[in-house]
This record gives sequence, C-alpha cells and structure tokens, in this order.
Amino acid sequence: MSPEILINSAYILASILFVLGLKMLGRQATARKGNFLSGVGMLIAIVVTLLDRHVIDYTWIVVGLVAGTVIGLACARLVKMTAMPEMVALLNGFGGLASLIVGAAEFFRIRGGTVMPEHPLFTATVIYLTILIGGITFTGSVYAFCKLAEWLSGRALTFSGQNFVNGLMLIATLAAGVLYVLTGDPQLALIAFAVFTLLSLVLGWTLVMPIGGGDMPVVIAMLNSLSGVAACAAGFIINNNVLVVAGCLVGTSGVILSAIMCKAMNRSLANVLFSGFGSAPAAAGAAGAGTIQGELKPISAEDCFGVLEAARQVVIIPGYGMAVSQAQHVVRELAEVLERNGAEVRFAIHPVAGRMPGHMNVLLAEASVPYEQLIEMDAINPVMPTMDVAIVIGANDVVNPAAARDKSSPIYGMPIINAHEARTVICLKRGKGTGFSGLENQLFLMPNTRMLYGDAKASLQGVVAEFKSLAAT
Amino acid sequence: MELILLFFIFTLAGFLGFELIAKVPSQLHTPLMSGSNAISGITIVGAIIAAGADDGSWITTVLGTAAVTLAMINVIGGYFVTDRMLGMFKKKTPAKKEGSS
Repeated sequence: MSPEILINSAYILASILFVLGLKMLGRQATARKGNFLSGVGMLIAIVVTLLDRHVIDYTWIVVGLVAGTVIGLACARLVKMTAMPEMVALLNGFGGLASLIVGAAEFFRIRGGTVMPEHPLFTATVIYLTILIGGITFTGSVYAFCKLAEWLSGRALTFSGQNFVNGLMLIATLAAGVLYVLTGDPQLALIAFAVFTLLSLVLGWTLVMPIGGGDMPVVIAMLNSLSGVAACAAGFIINNNVLVVAGCLVGTSGVILSAIMCKAMNRSLANVLFSGFGSAPAAAGAAGAGTIQGELKPISAEDCFGVLEAARQVVIIPGYGMAVSQAQHVVRELAEVLERNGAEVRFAIHPVAGRMPGHMNVLLAEASVPYEQLIEMDAINPVMPTMDVAIVIGANDVVNPAAARDKSSPIYGMPIINAHEARTVICLKRGKGTGFSGLENQLFLMPNTRMLYGDAKASLQGVVAEFKSLAAT
Repeated sequence: MELILLFFIFTLAGFLGFELIAKVPSQLHTPLMSGSNAISGITIVGAIIAAGADDGSWITTVLGTAAVTLAMINVIGGYFVTDRMLGMFKKKTPAKKEGSS
C-alpha cells in the first residue's frame, strides 16, 4: 500500500472519530468518551501526517510538538474552573494564529518556488481567506481573553463612526486581497500580503472592542466557529481533506452555539456584534412605561436564614457574580443544608448566565452539584409561582422583569427566569451598582425582594453557619 | 477534479455539523465548545507539513515550528481541559443521598 493511500485512509478514520466524538459530546452519559474518541482521531491524524512524503526534517516538528504539549498540559491542569471562559478564548486564539501561520508559510513556499500550486488563483484566494480569518480569530480571541480576565475593561468600547472605520478596514483588506490574488508582480504581492495580514490582526481587535462582557458567550462561540473555518480554509490550501472536514464541523457547531445564545437574548447576531450594547449606562427604563417604583430593601444574614428555614421549595439562580466571588462551593453547601432542613432545592440556569455558554453548569459541576438538579429556564418558569424562595446569586439582566414589561428597556423581549414570581426573592449583590447592561434591575425594587449585600461567598457562609448552629443545638 | 471533491466534502461536512450539534442540552455547551475548539487544532496537520518541508527556507521552518507549537497547545489544552470538566459532571453523589435521607 502506498503511503498516500495509507495516510488518506487514516484521515478518513480520524474524520469518523471526530464526527462520533462530537455526537457523543452532545449527551451527558457519553460526553467524556466522545471527547476521548475525538482525541484519538487527532492523535491518528498527527501521527500519519509525520509519514507524509513532504515531511523531511523532524527536528523542528518535535520541538514544536513537545513545547505545545508541555504548555497545553500545564494550562489544562492549572486553570481554575472560574477562568474557563478565558482559557477557551485563548486556546481559540492559538488555533486561529496557527492557521494564519500555516497560510503565511504556504505563501512563502509558493513565493520561494518550492511549491507549485495546481490552481494558482484558487490557492492564493484561500491563502488570503486563511490569513484573514485566522488573524481576526487570533486578536479577537486575545482581546476577549483580556476582557474576561479583566486585564482590560469588560465594558463595550465605542466611538463615533466605529462601524464606519471597521467597514473601511474591511474594504481595505478586501482590496489588498484582490490585488494579491490577481497581481503577477511578486513585489506587489508581498506588499499586499503584508497589508492584509496586518489589517486582519487589527480588525480582530476592533471588532471585539464594542462588545461588552455580558455578550461574551456569543463572541466566544463565534470565535470558536471562526477558528474552525480558518482550519478549513487552510485545508483548501494544502488540499487536505481532514482539515476541511474537521474545520467545517467546528465552524458549523460554533455557528449553532452562537445562534442559540442570540436566541436566548432575543437579539440578532448583528445586534450583538455591532451595536455597542452596554457601552454606557442606559437612561431608558427609568421613566419607561411599566416600571416599578419602590426601594431597595436590605436583609441581614440572620433574617435571610429565617426565611430560608421556613421554605420548602427553593430555587437558586446563579449568574456571573457567583463566578467572580468563587461562591459555587458554598452555594452547594447551602443547597445541602436546605435539603437537610426538608426543602427541595433546584438550580435555574439561564442559557446566557455567565461569560460563556454553559458557564454556570461547569462551576456547579465543579462544586459537585448533581446535574439532575440543574434546571433549564423553560422548565423552571412554569413552576416558579410555587417556589417559596428564589435566591439570586450574582445574576442581573437574566432575572430583570423589565425584559418582559418595559418596552423602552434595551433588554425588552429577552427571555428571563421569572424569579419575581417566587413568594420571596433574595438577591445577593456586591454593591448597589447596575448590571452589565447598565440598567437598574427592577427585580430589586419589587415588594417581595430583599437585598443581601456583600460578597456572595461571605454572605452565604453566614447563612450556612446559621443553619449549622441550628443543627448543633 | 480534486478541488471539486474537496468542495463536495466541505458541503457534506457542513450539513453534518448542523445535524450533530443542533440538539445538545445547554448543560453541555461549555465542554462541547472546548471539545470542538480542540478539534480546530487539526490545523496542526498543515503546520507539520510546513515545519517538516526542508526546502532550504528558514522562514518556512520558523513559521512551521511556531504553528506546530500553537496548534499543539490548542489540541492538548483543549482535550485535557474538556476531559477535566466532564470528569466533574456527576450524577447524585453519596453525600447528597445521605443528606436527603
């Protein structure tokens, strides 16, 4: 059997394993095995590529593989679960940059005359696309990482004419791309290549700039998709089927995830990406129709204990604030003491709670909350009126009733968890500031709402201590 | 012809991707994302070919090595962190049973 056939057969096997792996990742019972199978597929793809006849010198490959393995393993082991959104963003960025570099390497090989593409125009076009998409993915992900890790402000940064400037840059990259593909002059091609490489890197940065922290679930899903598309485009450069299949699978899965996130916010993808949502504290809502007049009513940990002690049905609604204060373990402890006290405890998870799709599920899983207890928004809302207490931990916009009532509110129409329908609502909050969207949360002003101010973790520890001292006596 | 075949594969893979992901419960969105993120590290195949093609140009070798390193971080980091997360997704724990009894 010739090596060509062996390699391609192995690529088919790898593709099958990726497909199976992704399918199994979609179900709780098989997810871990699915991830393993997809990893085996990757191992096969890497090993047989080393047999490729184009590969002559192994020194630098081994250096790269070893360095990547060490760094990757260290990242995977050391990262905190609360930092998972940053981690995913960064890994995405590396994938995008790798694709960009593959595109650039092919550019120089063709330029040096060592590779003669069969269809020069087509190859040049896909090199351009690989670099453009890879570049946007890389700097976009790095910026998302900086926002999520709070190295840079998580707020949306906007300036007047921003979309215009971005549009101009996009046109410039397109022009440079067309020039690069069509020109026969190697000097001009090199200049065009440099221009669109640079511009794609700038574009990634400026495109993520006007997107605020709360919209990060959509951005990360989108960048994930792009990193797949970049790999797919790289596959077209080197005529490699496994790159095309795997890249395309990732591309579509990212698109679907973004669509799910947008739907959960009742906003279009264009609105999320270009509107600069959450850039300034919104004045709307304050005087809009259907607003609730009222005041913030604080509650002490002792009174909070009194309310919870009598409760039989409790729902806990976590948000990004739970991740910030690392409160997931004490939240689980609270759920346990409540259950010991005879209450039924559920966790209600909004699809966009946190900074990444499924963020809350991961944190609660880390704290050993069984996943049967995690209820999706559509399942919890019908039974919300039967809940004695809803505990809102660091969630804001996803429980704001203005989304359902106040037409002037920027988040009007977004599906929310109807926490306000519970008999009593306890909101844990660090201070009196507004949420990411800059809106005053009307939930906090409702007559059945009590505010438990302070760090979520410390507040809950106080409540749990009350339960424990009760059990001791 | 080879190019047409590649487009053929591309189209089918696109449809397959949509079918595969459409019905994933939201609990699994994070592992799904980091797991598919790891798959996008497949670009390592292109990186290996670039790094190993000893065509006398130091540019290609430097670029290829950098790409292999980055893609490998993506691959290893992605798979292992996904596995770590999924390892934490548990059914009811013994501690919980004790509490509810």
